[in-house]
Amino acid sequence: MKQQLYAWGAVACIVLASTTGDVLLSRTMKQVGDVGELRRRSGLAHVISRILSNPNFVIGIMAMATAFYAMLFGLSWGDVSLVIPAATSLTFVTNAVAAKFFLHERVDHRRWLAAVLVAGGVMLLAQ
Amino acid sequence: MTFRKYLVLAGVAVFAVTGDSLVSRGMKQVGGISLHDLAGIVLVVFRPEVALGVLFLLAFLGCYLAALSWADLTYVLPTTSVSFILLTLVAKFILHENVSLARWLGVLMISLGVGFVTQGPALTAQPRRRESHERVTAPISARTEP
Repeated sequence: MKQQLYAWGAVACIVLASTTGDVLLSRTMKQVGDVGELRRRSGLAHVISRILSNPNFVIGIMAMATAFYAMLFGLSWGDVSLVIPAATSLTFVTNAVAAKFFLHERVDHRRWLAAVLVAGGVMLLAQ
Repeated sequence: MTFRKYLVLAGVAVFAVTGDSLVSRGMKQVGGISLHDLAGIVLVVFRPEVALGVLFLLAFLGCYLAALSWADLTYVLPTTSVSFILLTLVAKFILHENVSLARWLGVLMISLGVGFVTQGPALTAQPRRRESHERVTAPISARTEP
């Protein structure tokens, strides 16, 4: 019972941290611009330095690392068939919400439906 | 969307699956980790399978960042979930595992989700650029591309 609670706590941490990370990385890359064009114009070193010098990127990677370690903990406490699908599917939905409010993406009915379908599909794959 | 961009999205899916599988296999060999064993928690990433998994996850990160530079987060995430479909197909046709009806239904739902999202534009957000950073002066074709 206690292990189960720990596992769900880890799932909550993974979802929160990876959503934060995804949003910050997406914001970073929109600020940097299309890396293909930027690389052709200014070279790969310039692209990498632009990404690495962006504070959002550093915080985003820290959030991703937090999610990664929360996953390692979660896997040591809970079943892989619970922790991974629960965290992965919930993240699709929380990311859609976060992208709408923090990244101002136009999340239309098509994208909501996609997020929910993928989230549901991921849960079913774990059956 | 160009063929190259679809390749980057495929890279996101394939590298993520390979990396996650390797890390998962490595962690299974370690077993339970205690919160009090801080050194163990950090050192676990030096185990060969976990380390190789981390390398694949770095390749994933490269492709993921590239994709996010010309597409929305709500476009990249659902489209790269084709990795789950690939995993199921590998399980069924290469590993000859028994794939239940529920899992096929899951594959169908994900396929529909990917289909819905790819019918729309890849980029909808036009965020304000940070003043402190060098501006991108030339227009970026992908921003207006459907």
